[in-house]
This record gives sequence, C-alpha cells and structure tokens, in this order.
Amino acid sequence: MNIKKDIAISDSGFVFDPTTGESYSLNPLGVEILTLLKDGDDQKEITNFVLQKYEVDSDTFENNYYDFLNMLKQFNLTEPQA
Amino acid sequence: MKKKKIVVAVTGLNNTDNPGPGVPVIRGIRESKEFDARIIGLAYENLEPGIYMKEIVDKAYQIPYPSSGSDTLMERLAYINSVENIDVLIPNFDAELFTFMKSEDKLKEMGISTFLPTSEQLEERQKSNLPAYGKKYGIKVPYSKDITSHWDIQVIKNEFQYPVLVKGKFYDAYIAYNDEQVSNHFNRISAKWGLPIIIQEFIRGTEVNVVALGDGKGNTIGAVPMRKQYITDKGKGWGGITLSDKNMLKITTDLISKTKWRGGMELEMIKTVNNDYYMIEINPRIPAWVYLAVGAGQNIPEALVKLALGMNVEPYKSYEVGKMFIRYSYDLIGDIQQFEKLSINGEL
Amino acid sequence: MTNIMKKQKYERPIINRINAGVSNKFGTQTKINIISEIDGLAVKDLLKDYGSPLYVISEREIRETYSKAKQAFSTRYPKVQFAWSYKTNYLDAVCRLYHKLGSWAEVVSGFEYDKAIDNGVPGSNIIFNGPDKSEEDLTKAIKNGSLIHVDHFDELYLIMKLADKIEETPKLAIRVNMDTGIYPQWDRFGFNYENGEAWNALNRIMLNEKVDLVGLHTHIGTYIMTPNAYGVAAYKLAELAVRVDKKYGHKVKYIDMGGGFASKNTLKGAYLPGADTCPSFDDYAEAITNALINSEIDPDNLPTLFLETGRALIDDAGYLLGTVLANKRLADGRRSTIIDIGINMLFTSFWYEHNIVPAQETTHHTEDTTIYGPLCMNIDVIRAAIQFPLLNKKDHVVISRIGAYNMTQWLQFITLRPNVVIIDMEKNVHVIRENETKKNFDQLEKVPEYLK
Repeated sequence: MNIKKDIAISDSGFVFDPTTGESYSLNPLGVEILTLLKDGDDQKEITNFVLQKYEVDSDTFENNYYDFLNMLKQFNLTEPQA
Repeated sequence: MKKKKIVVAVTGLNNTDNPGPGVPVIRGIRESKEFDARIIGLAYENLEPGIYMKEIVDKAYQIPYPSSGSDTLMERLAYINSVENIDVLIPNFDAELFTFMKSEDKLKEMGISTFLPTSEQLEERQKSNLPAYGKKYGIKVPYSKDITSHWDIQVIKNEFQYPVLVKGKFYDAYIAYNDEQVSNHFNRISAKWGLPIIIQEFIRGTEVNVVALGDGKGNTIGAVPMRKQYITDKGKGWGGITLSDKNMLKITTDLISKTKWRGGMELEMIKTVNNDYYMIEINPRIPAWVYLAVGAGQNIPEALVKLALGMNVEPYKSYEVGKMFIRYSYDLIGDIQQFEKLSINGEL
Repeated sequence: MTNIMKKQKYERPIINRINAGVSNKFGTQTKINIISEIDGLAVKDLLKDYGSPLYVISEREIRETYSKAKQAFSTRYPKVQFAWSYKTNYLDAVCRLYHKLGSWAEVVSGFEYDKAIDNGVPGSNIIFNGPDKSEEDLTKAIKNGSLIHVDHFDELYLIMKLADKIEETPKLAIRVNMDTGIYPQWDRFGFNYENGEAWNALNRIMLNEKVDLVGLHTHIGTYIMTPNAYGVAAYKLAELAVRVDKKYGHKVKYIDMGGGFASKNTLKGAYLPGADTCPSFDDYAEAITNALINSEIDPDNLPTLFLETGRALIDDAGYLLGTVLANKRLADGRRSTIIDIGINMLFTSFWYEHNIVPAQETTHHTEDTTIYGPLCMNIDVIRAAIQFPLLNKKDHVVISRIGAYNMTQWLQFITLRPNVVIIDMEKNVHVIRENETKKNFDQLEKVPEYLK
C-alpha cells in the first residue's frame, strides 16, 4: 500500500495531511508503522520489525496491522491504487 | 507604585459569534494599574480563539469538560498549578460553575483563590425557581408555571393570556400564540432538555441588563446598566450602551444586599412602558459584554480578582453614561504547528 | 555483553482524527483510570479462581457506607432505624450482613417476606410494602406482628376482614403519595395526600378497633437528586401525624421515609457525572430531620424515623468483572469491543452510563469505542460511546457501582448467571451464589409425553 507522499509525520505522533487539511494523532507504534510504510517497506518487513521489537505474536499483529491499514484508507492517507 | 505580580487562570476563551466572557475579563485584568498579571487560559476546545491571542493569553492549557467529573478536572488543574502557581481562577461558563464551586476548598488547598456564588445562591436563581425567588426578594418576575404534560396545558390555560413564552429548564425559549404552538414547543423543548417545561407570561417592553459584582457580605462593588442596541440572530448583543437608570441600580443593589451575592452576575430585565421592571434571568457569572463596564470606568474583573485575593475593595460609585460597545470579528493567523502542540501536548 | 534485548510491551497501532473543537485529552498528561484490585485482591486472580464474568461484593464498602448513612441520621435525630430493601439485593448473604449491622427487613412480596423470615429476621422487624400482598401473605404477616404498609383501599378492606378472624391485631401504616415538587410524582402507590385520600384512609383505620395504626410511610420516587423534596415529604407526613394525634389522641410510632436516595452512578442524558451531583447522606438527613424536628410533633414523643434506602447503601459495594472477547471495527470506522458482560447481567445499563475501566495498566492512548455485550441481540450495548484504552482479547475489565438491582433484576437469557462472591473484612473470598448450570433449568422444565 502506498502512503501519500506529502503527509508530514512528526515524532510527537501528529500527522498533517496538507492535501485535505486534516490532522491526526497516532500512538508510538502507529508512528513507526506509518513511517515505514511511507519509506516503502512491505508487510513482511514491517512484521519482522514489530515482532522483533515488541512482545506480540504474528496472528495478533497481522489482525491489528490490517485494521490499521483500513483506518489509513478510511482517512484517505493512502494513494489511490493505480 | 510597582505592580503586584499575580497569576490568573481564566476559562471561556471562546470569542466566537456566541462569545464567552474570558477574553473581555482578561482585558480588564490586563488594564489593571495594580496588577501585573500572567494570564493562563484554560480551554475546553482546541479552536477557542483566546488560545491563539498572544497579547491576551500568556499560556493556554486544555482542561477536561465538567462532564468528565470534578476529580478529573482537579487532577488536571493540579498539574497546571504545579507549573504555573495560579493565584486566582475565574470560571466563566454556566455549565462549569457547579463543578468549580464544589471544588472550591480543594482549589484553596492548592493555593488557588476563587470568588464564586454559594450553591444556595446558584440553585435558588434557577429558571424554574424564579417565581419563588421573586417572592422571597421582592422583585417582579413574569408569572410562570411548570408543566410536565400536554394535559397540563389545558389545566393552566385560564391562568395565562396569549402570547406566552415556552421555556426549557436550562435553555431555549419560544413565543407561542395559541395552544397548538405551546404543544409544538413543548414537544420540541422536552425532547431536547427534558421536563418540566416552563410556561411564562410574556412581558412586553425593552430588555435591559446589568453587570454587577457582590462582595458576599451584601455590598455591591460595581454595577453598570446597559441596553443592547443590536442583537444577532443568536440573540447575542453586538452593540450596547450604558444607561443612567436609578431604578435598575436600586433593584441590583437591593438584590445583592438581600442575597449577599458573592461574585459576578448579570441581571436580565424587561422594562415595560409603565416603567415596571421584570426580572427574567439571573446569570451567576460575569457576562461577555463586561468590557463595556471597564470602558465606562468600573473594572469589575479587576475588582473580582481583588476580592478573590481577600483584598479590601472600595465600591465603584459611578460610571460614564453613553459609553458604547461595538463587537467586531477579526481573523487571527495561526499555524499548524500551534495546533499540533495543543493537540499533542494539551498546552500552547 | 549480550545482544538479547528485552522486548517492549505491545500496544496495537492506532490513528485518530483530531477534530476541531471537542477535546478531552492532553497528550501524555491524560490519565486512564484502572481498577486492578478490589480490597487488595487482584482482579485477574479473582477471575482465574471464580470464572469470568464475576460479581464481586465488598463487605468493607457495605460497612463503610452503612456507617456513613447511620451517622448522618443518628447525629441529627434521636431514633433512627434502617430497613434493608430486599428488592435492591436479596442474596441471603447480603441481607444477613445488613441485618447483622442492625437493619430490619423491607419486603414487597410473599417471596421476599419468606426470605426475610429464613434470614432470621423477627416478624415484628419486617416492613411489608407493595401493592401485591395475597390473603395468605397478609395472614402470615398479621400473625407475625409485621408492619403492614397499606397501598390501597381494597387491601385495607381485606385486612379488616382478616382482623375479624385472626386473634393478633394487625399493625398498619399507610403509604402516602404526594406532590413534593419533583417530577415525576409517583401517584400509583399508596393514598394521595393533597386530595384527602390519605386522611380518609387514616380515619377508617382509626375508627376500626381491630386494627392498630403504628406508622406513616412514603416513598417519593427513585434516584432523587433534590434533598429538599424529602423535606417536603417529611413535613407532610408529620402534619398527618399531628392531625391523627389531635383528633384521636393517638401517636404514631414511626415515620418511614422510604428510599430513593441517588447513588453516584451517572444517569444517561445527565450532563454532570453522578459522583459530582449526587447529594450526600448528610444532605438527605439534614432535609428530613429538620422537617420532622421543626414540625408540630410533640418533641417528647418523636416517632422513630425509618429509612428503606437500598441503592445508595449498596451500589458502590458491587463490581462486575469481565473479559474482552474481541475487538472489531464498525462500518463507520468506530472501534467496538465485545466483552463477556451483557445487559442480561447489567440491567442498570439501560439507565446508567456505567463506569467501565481496564483491570491492567494501559497507555494514555484511547479510541472512540462502543462496548458490546456477548448476546446475539442488537440491544446488548454496555456503553454506546466511550473513549476507551486499547484492550486486547483476554484483557480484563471492571464495571464499578453495580451493587444495586443487578443481582435481582438479572435475566437468565442466552447465557447463564455467573458466580457471585463476597470479600470479607479479612480478605477471604466466599461464593454466595453459585454460577448456574443447565441442570438448574432442566429441573424446572417438563416436556409433555407427545414431544419426547
């Protein structure tokens, strides 16, 4: 999934989408994943990163990951698929 | 004389088209010749204009709505106080008064002074208690009756002449010219604000207002009467002028003396063609047009700060008649970084 | 040096839109309340030992609240007697605890009456209220010398008929309804004060030699936030007592102000939380005792003040513990969390915004969440909208202030009712009602031969 190129992600957890004027707040893992997505990491790379860093099993994370992606889509933070 | 440094926290920074009294209260305090005040703005919402007005508010903090409970609010204020060391707190919303009054002692323990009405004073002036209030303190009030069902409309019908005002317990008021309209308004208001519904005699005349400050011992520290010259579609005064009206002042000082009113207040009255004055509402706080009183020579916000600090305050004896206020709107330029700071840290 | 790093605690990723306007969060300063233990016992251990969901009653809180209530009234009035309102919570262990603390019993059905007798309450210490008392119930109550609070004339005539046949003299009080300035006015129970019906009933009783008028009773409503209404009610009952004394030279032994004191729960639609607006026992006591003491009643013959408050005494002592079954995203993007506590176990969720909190530490991050119960029923909603921390499946939650009515109005619906435990003063846990099994229900059912 491609994240809009021009969104600004701040370490504080604040995200500003200049194309819509909307702003968002994220928790720390939300910031990490959104940053990785913006850098072009795929699901496998992100899952590896998270499983290594946090106490979580892959099923739980996969479930939460898809939910997070859906929210990004719902908030129009992703590029429309070509 | 060197000005005394104090820290004052103020709510009601919503200087919108339905303005809160925060910004005008702060302007009054800023103009004080005795105080050099650091102003802490307390905001419920992240776009209250006062937050972004640098010359008005030195530092703004978000605070939780009264609906989240006094414990939550006190915890937040304890944190703010640990940073700011607040001397005086002035709440400016009706809806928050109860919570702040309840927490008065706790605030005092934290070193924060307030100057608020007592719970009895707040309770007995409630809209649905107005007839009893008028009787107790000898002021004219419109005849009114509480009703709780459509059936009651027929029961009390002979006690009123149309038109009547149909009012909700806390907010909303509509004029009705016949049973059917009463019935419609009853449905609309009860769905929103619950029961009872207040049916009130409609008094014809001019609405006039007084901003006043009582010292809690029966003395009137300040009082300025005003008539709104222009009213917006939201019913808010957009221009007003100070009046020379001895009757209004007498009603005000009598009421403050009998009730020993403590704190700021706004009296809303109707003056009829026969020069009768009917009290229609008593707001237990400083109104948003208080800066007119400051302009007319009575710095009521400053006096309130002094009372809160336990200082001796000489009552104001006069004010300038014919002073006017004209409200205007003004676009501030803000920045997304400010919004970020406020949203993420809860302070700016 | 090792390269094994301790993994960090996981919290699922979230993103919330920041809306202009409303905000109740202050970044890291936001505090999330949790309840991880009750009277020093860990919630997770209680759930492990007694299953989930679980009702927990704290004896400590029952005792503390009772002593606060008692102190509020007995420091202001010389003769005060509490009567435990059975319908609020009639688990035998709970009733016996209140009786041990000195409460009499207040019952509203034959079933509750028998429970009180079985709990060792002397018949003369039982107040029998309510519109439904059968001939059999009344006979028993008369013979036991219980205090019968008459609700309507049909009942009064039945009692007078029974009095002809039974040796013992029925001890009667009438329940009076009245305008106390609050809405709604409960006029369905008892005899009306304003229209003279109550005075009429009192005269009928006084003129009948076979019955004895011992008291006056009112119960003005439920969840009453204005103590002054009790003052008005007490004043009106005192006025009736004085009139009876003047006309017949007869003094009533007690005035029963009923119940209806609010608890700290927040009613749906209320702007301010109940914990802030709920009057204290002192407020109610001040209003009631002032009215009685300032009335025309002879100060040397003050009647005993009876109180039947239930909700305000026990609500805070009850907890409902449960477990997250699943998290789910609704079509509009809102989060929903499904827990194993349904409205069948939490009847009061129809009118309260119940306080529900996690039982374990969380971060300050929250999402706008709907909390559903486990029932396959659309109405099974515990909280329609709450800023809730990010709980995972199997995490635990605690709902506080559920001691009143939930353990009597609960329903066996879809699932079975779970264990109820009490934590005693020494922190021992006792099961006071076992979880139901299918067998319990099988015992009651009968299948006709042709359907077997």
